Amino acid sequence: MTSNNIYDMTVGVIGAGSFGCAVANILAENVPVLLYARTQKLVNQIQQEHQARNIPLHSNVTGTGDLELVANTCSVIFPVVPSSNFRSMISDLSPYLKPYHILIHGTKGFEVQLNGHTLDQLKTLHKDQVYTMSELIRHESQAVRVGCLAGPNLAKEINELQPAATVVASHFDEVIDIGQKLLKSDRFGVFGNNDLIGIELCGVLKNIIAVGAGALSGLGYGDNTKGLLISRGMVELIYLGRALGGNVEAFLGLAGVGDLVTTCSSNLSRNFTLGYRLAKGESLSEILDSMEEVAEGVNTIKIAKKLSDNYRIRTPITNTLYQVLFEDLSLDVGLHQLMKYPFSQDIDFL
Amino acid sequence: MSSNHSNSPKTYPPILPTRSEWPVVQLSKNRKEFVSNVIDETISKLLHNGLGDQQLVEELEMTLYLENNRIRRNPWKVDPEDEEEFWADIKTQLLNLNPIISDTGDREIAEMIESIVTRYAEEIAGNFKQSRYRMARTIITFGFARLLNAARLKGPRALFSAQLDLQDKIQVNGEIDQLRSLAKIGTVVMVPTHFSNLDSALIGWVIQYLGLPAFIYGAGLNLFNIGIFAYFMNSLGAYKVDRRKKNLMYLETLKTYSTEALNYGCHSLFFPGGTRSRSGRIEEKLKLGLLSTTIEAQRCNYLQHATEATKIFVVPVVLNYHFVLEAPILIHQFLEQQGQERYYVESDEKINSYKILKFLVKFFTKGSDISVTIGKAMDAVGNYVDQQGNSVDLKGRAIDTSDYFKSFGAINKDPQRDMEYTNMLAERITGEFHRTNRVFSSHLVAFVAFRMFRQRHSKLDIFDFLRIPSEEMSLDYQAFLDQFKHIREKVFELKAVGALQTAFHLEGPIEQVISHGLDNVGLYHAKRPLIKDKQGKIVSQDLYTLYYYHNRMHGYDLEQYL
Repeated sequence: MTSNNIYDMTVGVIGAGSFGCAVANILAENVPVLLYARTQKLVNQIQQEHQARNIPLHSNVTGTGDLELVANTCSVIFPVVPSSNFRSMISDLSPYLKPYHILIHGTKGFEVQLNGHTLDQLKTLHKDQVYTMSELIRHESQAVRVGCLAGPNLAKEINELQPAATVVASHFDEVIDIGQKLLKSDRFGVFGNNDLIGIELCGVLKNIIAVGAGALSGLGYGDNTKGLLISRGMVELIYLGRALGGNVEAFLGLAGVGDLVTTCSSNLSRNFTLGYRLAKGESLSEILDSMEEVAEGVNTIKIAKKLSDNYRIRTPITNTLYQVLFEDLSLDVGLHQLMKYPFSQDIDFL
Repeated sequence: MSSNHSNSPKTYPPILPTRSEWPVVQLSKNRKEFVSNVIDETISKLLHNGLGDQQLVEELEMTLYLENNRIRRNPWKVDPEDEEEFWADIKTQLLNLNPIISDTGDREIAEMIESIVTRYAEEIAGNFKQSRYRMARTIITFGFARLLNAARLKGPRALFSAQLDLQDKIQVNGEIDQLRSLAKIGTVVMVPTHFSNLDSALIGWVIQYLGLPAFIYGAGLNLFNIGIFAYFMNSLGAYKVDRRKKNLMYLETLKTYSTEALNYGCHSLFFPGGTRSRSGRIEEKLKLGLLSTTIEAQRCNYLQHATEATKIFVVPVVLNYHFVLEAPILIHQFLEQQGQERYYVESDEKINSYKILKFLVKFFTKGSDISVTIGKAMDAVGNYVDQQGNSVDLKGRAIDTSDYFKSFGAINKDPQRDMEYTNMLAERITGEFHRTNRVFSSHLVAFVAFRMFRQRHSKLDIFDFLRIPSEEMSLDYQAFLDQFKHIREKVFELKAVGALQTAFHLEGPIEQVISHGLDNVGLYHAKRPLIKDKQGKIVSQDLYTLYYYHNRMHGYDLEQYL
C-alpha cells in the first residue's frame, strides 16, 4: 500500500456475479486481484477451481469472504453487486473504508430511500430520495474518491476475451487515471469522464429501453421499429437524466448511446431477455423466478416512472412499460398506445 | 446588566491573554520575511504549473491589457499613483522581449513576473499594528456599546449613558464553547454569511467579545477608499482583496497569501459568498478561490509536519437582521442581474467616512435585534469535529483528515483533487448556513405574505409581478394568520430534524409572533415591506423589499405548503 507503483498493489473486487468476474479478469491481467464472494461455497469454488458460476477466472484472482481483509489489503476496490444488495454490502464494508480508498463501482441501478415505506406505497419520488450507487457510497462511508464503470460491457463477451471498451467516470482525475491504468489492456479500452452522475444515469436508465427492445423483438418486429424505440428512448433517457442532475453530453458517448445500442440488440442482456420473454407470454414473476441474476430494469422502470410523475417529464416509453409490467396492460395495446403518442419534434434537448 | 436569555457567561476571557503570542502579531513582526515568502511561493507556482514560455507571455500580455483597462475605466482613490508608469514599463519590457525563446527570454519573463507579483503581494499584505489594534478595539467596543445603548433606550441621549450592555442587543449564540476550544488547538477559518456592510464590523466585535485572538480578514480594497474603514481594517489585520483584478498572477498571489497565513497559524475570516447577498437569500453558491486555500493550507501542513500538523477548522457563522439598511439597493441589483442574464460589474459604491458614520448611527439607533449564530465546526474537507477537534463521520466514526490527502499511503499534492474537496467544502458550508440560520418572525411574515401575493399572480414572471402597484396587494388578516400558523408548524418540524434554528421570539401565541414580525420586518425603510393597515388588512408598501426579506426563507422547500 505504501508503494508508488500501482502495479504492485492488490486490487479488490466485491461481487462474484458474471460482471464482477469479468471485471476481476480484466484487472487480473495487470495486477493481483482479491475477489470477494458472499457465500463460502463460491469462495471455495474460486480458490479451488479457479472459476465462479462456471466462469473461468484468471490465475491472478484470489477469493475471499472477508470484507475487512479486502479494505485493509486494497486501496482500490471495485464493488460490483446488484443494486438491491448494495446498501447492505457498503454498510458492512464501510467500517473499514477510509478517505484514501478509491471505489469504482459497476452497478447499474438505483437505491431508494424508503424511510419505512415500500416502494409501491410511494406514489411519486423526489430526486433526493433516489441514490445512484456513488451517492450511496458517499452517504454510507468515509470514501470520497468514488467512480463508476459504464459502457457496452456484456460480461459474457468480456469473459470470452473479445475486444471492448468502457468508461470510468469520477469527479476526481486521480480515480479516472488509476482506473484507466488498472483496466487497460490490448483489447480493452478505457475512456474517462468527469460527469459521474451523468455516466451512472446512462448505465441505469438504458435498462428501461432494453426491456422495451426485448419486447419488440419478442413480438416479432424488425429493425425499423427498434430504430424508432432506441432513438425515442434516448430522448427519454436524456429528459430523465437531466432532471436527476446529469448532462446531455454523457448520453452521447460510449456509456450512453454505445451501451444503449448494445443492450437493445443483445439477447445476452438480462433486461432485453426479460422483455423478450414477456412478449412471448410469460408472466413477470415467472421470468424473475427463473432468472439467475437480477434484471435491474424492472426496478428502474418503477423508480423512473415515479420520478417522472413528480417532475412531469414526458416519458411515454417508461410509462407504457410500467403499465405492462405492473398494471397488466397487454404489450399489443401498450405498443398501439405508444404509436399514437403525439411526438412532434425529433430533437429538442440540444 | 440584565440579559433576557443567556446561560452563557456575560464576558469571555481571552483564550490567549498575552497578545504577543497571537500568530497575527508574530506574522506582523515578521512581515517582511512573510511577504517575501509569499512572493517566492507565488512565483514558483506560476513558473512550475506547466505553462510554457509562450503561454506565460500570453498571460503577461493579458494581465497588462486587463490592468490598463482597469486603470482607465475604473480608477479608485486607493490606487497607487505610479500605476500607469509601472504598467508602461512592463509594456516596454514585453515589447523588447526576445521573440526567440532563449535563456535570456526565460530570465526576462521571470523578472517581469517577479516584479508584478511583488507589487501585488505588497498591496495585499496587511499591516497589523498592536498599538492600533488596542485603540481600534477600544473604539469599536466602546462605540458599538454606546450606539447600541442608544438604540436600546431609544434616544440619542443614551449615547452618553454609562450603561453598556452590548451583548443584550446582539445575541451571540450557537457553538461558542467549541469555537473557543478549537481556536486553542488549531487554526480557525471563520466563514460568515454576508448581508450588510455592517457585517465586518459586527464580526470584528464578536471575535473580540468571544475572547478570540485577532483574525486576519480579506477585506475588499474598495473599503480602503474610505478613511475610517482603512484605519480600522489595517489595525485589525486585514489584507486587501481587489475584486477588479481578475488576472492569474493576482489571483495566485492572493491565494498564496491566504494559504501561507493559514499555514502560519493565523485564524482567518472571509465571506465565502464573495459579496453581500443581493437577493437576500442565504448563500447557495460560494466563491471557491479563497476557500480553496483552506484545503491547500491543510494539505501543505500535513505534508510539512505529518502527525504534528496543525488542524484547520472551518466555522460557519450566520448573521440575522430584521432590517438590512441596503436592502432596497441590493434587491434592485439582484433583479438587474437576473433580468439581463448577464454578469454584472460591481461598481464601487460612492460612500465616504461621513456616510459610514451616519449609517452606523442610523443603524444602531434604529436597529433592532441582531443575532450571530456560531455554527458547528468542520475540518477542512467538511466533516464535523468534536470539542477536541477530532473529525467524525455521519455514523460517529473517527476520521483521520490526513487520509484525504494520501495516495498509496503517502501525502501527495493533487491540485484537481484539492479543487474537488473545495467543491465539497463549499457544499457543506452552504448546507450548514441553512441549518445554522435562526428564523426570525420578520422573515417568516415576509415569506408567507409574499407567497400569498405571488400565488394570485402565478402566471406572471417575477419581474412583471413586482411591477404590480403595491396598493393592489392586501391580504385578509385571518387568511394570513391561518397560513402563517401552518408554515410556522412546518418550520418547527424542520427545526426538529435540525434543518434550521429559530429565534426565541418565534415561539408563543401566534398573534404575538405575527405582530412582532410586522413590527420588525424592514422596520426603517421609508416604505415598509409589510404592515397591518387601519382596516386590519395585511398590506405591502414595497413589494421589492418584501421579496428581499422573503428570500431569507428560500431553500427550505416551504413553498410547497402554501
